[in-house]
Amino acid sequence: MSTPSSSAASGRRLDVMRLLVDNKALIALALLIAVSAGLSDNFLSSDNLLNVLRQTSINAIIAMGVTFVILTAGIDLSVGAVLALTGAFAASMTAAGLSPWLSVPGTIIAGAGLGAISGLFVAFGRIQAFIVTLVAMTVLRGATLVYTDGRPVSIGVSEAADSFWNLGGGYWLGVPIPIYMMFFVYVLCWGVLHHTRFGRHVYAVGGGEKVARLSGINVNRIKISVYAIAGAFAALAGAILAARLGSAQPNAGTGYELDAIAAVVIGGTSLMGGRGRIFGTLIGALVIGVLNNALNIMGVSSYYQMIAKGAVILLAVLIDSRAQK
Amino acid sequence: MQSHAQPRVLMALKGIDKGFSGVSVLKGVDLTLRAGRVHALAGENGAGKSTLMKILSGVYRYDAGTLWLRDEEVVFTTPRQAMDSRIAIIHQELNLVPGLSAGENIFLGREPRTALGTVDWKRLHRDARQLLDRLRQSLDSRTAVSELSIGQQQMVEIARALSLDAEIIIMDEPTDALTDIETEILAEVVAELRAEGRSLVLITHRLNEIFSMCDEVAVLRDGQMIHQGPTAELDEDGLIRLMVGRELAERYPYTPATPDGEAMLEVEDLEAPGVKGISFSARRGEVLGFGGLMGAGRTELARALCGDTRISAGSVKLHGQPVRFASPAEALAAGLVYVPEDRKQAGLILPHSVANNMSLSALPSFCGAFGRIRHGEEAAAVESFVKSMQIKVSNTDQPVDTLSGGNQQKVSLAKALMPAPELVILDEPTRGVDVGAKREIYLLINELKRQGKCVLLISSEMPELLGLADRILVVADGRISGEFSRENATQEAIMTAASGLESLLSSGNDAANGTSMSSAASRATARPSSTPDSSASRHEMPN
Repeated sequence: MSTPSSSAASGRRLDVMRLLVDNKALIALALLIAVSAGLSDNFLSSDNLLNVLRQTSINAIIAMGVTFVILTAGIDLSVGAVLALTGAFAASMTAAGLSPWLSVPGTIIAGAGLGAISGLFVAFGRIQAFIVTLVAMTVLRGATLVYTDGRPVSIGVSEAADSFWNLGGGYWLGVPIPIYMMFFVYVLCWGVLHHTRFGRHVYAVGGGEKVARLSGINVNRIKISVYAIAGAFAALAGAILAARLGSAQPNAGTGYELDAIAAVVIGGTSLMGGRGRIFGTLIGALVIGVLNNALNIMGVSSYYQMIAKGAVILLAVLIDSRAQK
Repeated sequence: MQSHAQPRVLMALKGIDKGFSGVSVLKGVDLTLRAGRVHALAGENGAGKSTLMKILSGVYRYDAGTLWLRDEEVVFTTPRQAMDSRIAIIHQELNLVPGLSAGENIFLGREPRTALGTVDWKRLHRDARQLLDRLRQSLDSRTAVSELSIGQQQMVEIARALSLDAEIIIMDEPTDALTDIETEILAEVVAELRAEGRSLVLITHRLNEIFSMCDEVAVLRDGQMIHQGPTAELDEDGLIRLMVGRELAERYPYTPATPDGEAMLEVEDLEAPGVKGISFSARRGEVLGFGGLMGAGRTELARALCGDTRISAGSVKLHGQPVRFASPAEALAAGLVYVPEDRKQAGLILPHSVANNMSLSALPSFCGAFGRIRHGEEAAAVESFVKSMQIKVSNTDQPVDTLSGGNQQKVSLAKALMPAPELVILDEPTRGVDVGAKREIYLLINELKRQGKCVLLISSEMPELLGLADRILVVADGRISGEFSRENATQEAIMTAASGLESLLSSGNDAANGTSMSSAASRATARPSSTPDSSASRHEMPN
């Protein structure tokens, strides 16, 4: 009777391994925080922590949208460009005196529309998402320069501009507004992915497109929707960024798509689709945010920061691929 | 038949055993390959033909037995060794690099070099030209393989085998994808290779090819070599009996159909990818079986019916209403569901949980406002299917890929049945499923019938068709090549229709035409002059 008990023990060991691997982003975050706190007294100050969260919020919001796309086994390289163009929209709407209650939803809808166009080509054009969104990135970067004439778009000085500015720079109960936005988006994504039919379908399309189709899922609709979602969240991030700076920069968001993908991957979502959690993405974004902040505090140059970020991503993917075996 | 000296033995397999994870696939198989002979390897799907050929060519190791090559015992551990021993295998799914030219493929890894060490393109294409000429192929050796027809690609594979100067050439279903003309050329090439003293092995389902192209036939059945001997000693009936010769045990529970079920599905002159004009109707409370060979067009028919592929001509009526589904989603909404053959690729999302897989199609019925899933209802439905279908799971959050084949199949069936469809198309529902689970699936099919649903059962296992179906349609080459009522269906008759052998069909009636079926035609095709099944298994090797 030793066999069952020993297999149970090995089963338990496996479970522990599984648990560690599944929560590696969380463990990495805890380690990073512990090390940073040890190396710097400043790190754990509430000012610094809020600062980290605020810096993370933009990437986290974009990354959560990209998570939907990656769950369907797609990829979106255009979110940084969408952010720049929609940020310019938001700034010019504000400069025209439009209240943020209108301009922000308008910006988000514009972002969703831009994303949906990519989605259309992926779904009906049957072109690889990488190519479609690479093209979208190029085109939208160009469109942003055309639209802004290559100059920053100021939100102007008005009552509308003041209240728009709050979206990026304001506080509520001592906590920056973008942090609320990040958590709001997180709760929304969590609900949609885990508690709605749509969320289940997103996982199914990524897990097996053929299976999903034969099971009666409208695969094209799901695909278009996820790119629209990624576009919408990128636009929200664009509005937040423009609000915080008081103007929209034509080359804002350059390279943000890669940070977003990195956050998703560190969070354990598989680039092959069908597997991953939105919680992981949030933690993944925080890992990147804390890492940048800690290295900043320690006075490490931004050149080395890039190398460190690359190493963290590589490590995360390596752990995942080992665990798959 | 001939008693004069047999040609020399090139290769011999003795007592080969092979199993996969405890399941025995080959049991003590003997096979002798002679120089200047064409050997047919015949047998039903799953009899072990491909496994045997993979052992011959070094892809698989065997568990027991010996392999003799030119009177020397050999052990192949890699395909490379078999290749170096001048054994070439041409797989059913061709092994070419699509982006490279025909010539490059022929000499892949063995490109002729110039003195400088670069590839000698001139010589490569000149040599390729010579090989292709021998095969009567006018194609340019510089053409990319992806631009060639399947038949031409096949010829490129054969050219590669020739370039290796292979003495033993194995072809797995070589004519499956070929046109008639290409098949003729292949037959001529085979005859030439034989005349050169090479030994050829043809795996084929087509009986006429066995008789027209092969000198010897070896028959595998359930992993055992039932027979090896000259083709001339057998006739078609005899060969079929050797191939199928399995007793129909009471493994197949059958409940009679309700006689006056209304027509649920009416299909007329349906044309779609792989379907070349098919008409039939199926009634409520009926199990309509579809027999035929792999690739005959049965799966294609199913995919067209459920909206997965586009119908190009003809009409489909469901409950008397004309329908044309643009997607499986529309078919599902109308009560038609398709359970695909390939459950790993098309039936189930393997890494996802049992529960998520099972409820995938029925999800809308568990959803409230904004598509919010009512988890309690979903879990209850999943639980009840797990219980009623006796699916063995430790919990429903378990990933599907941790289940056995039989339980996976049950999950796939449960997924299809949860939305309570009226018409269910089952494609090879018991493939890779153990005997116990098979019987449970059969009982389930009967239960569906009792509930007044309509089941289209596609199966390559003839006993299954004979045991479960109320009527059987045989599909060959995208058309119906035979229709049998339960009473007058026999394995021989179905095999004959499936192989596209028209001698028996046309002798009786014009039924071979197939697009329009009449009961008179079906009666005429039903019973060829054959002996009952019971004598079939008593065929000993003539030694």
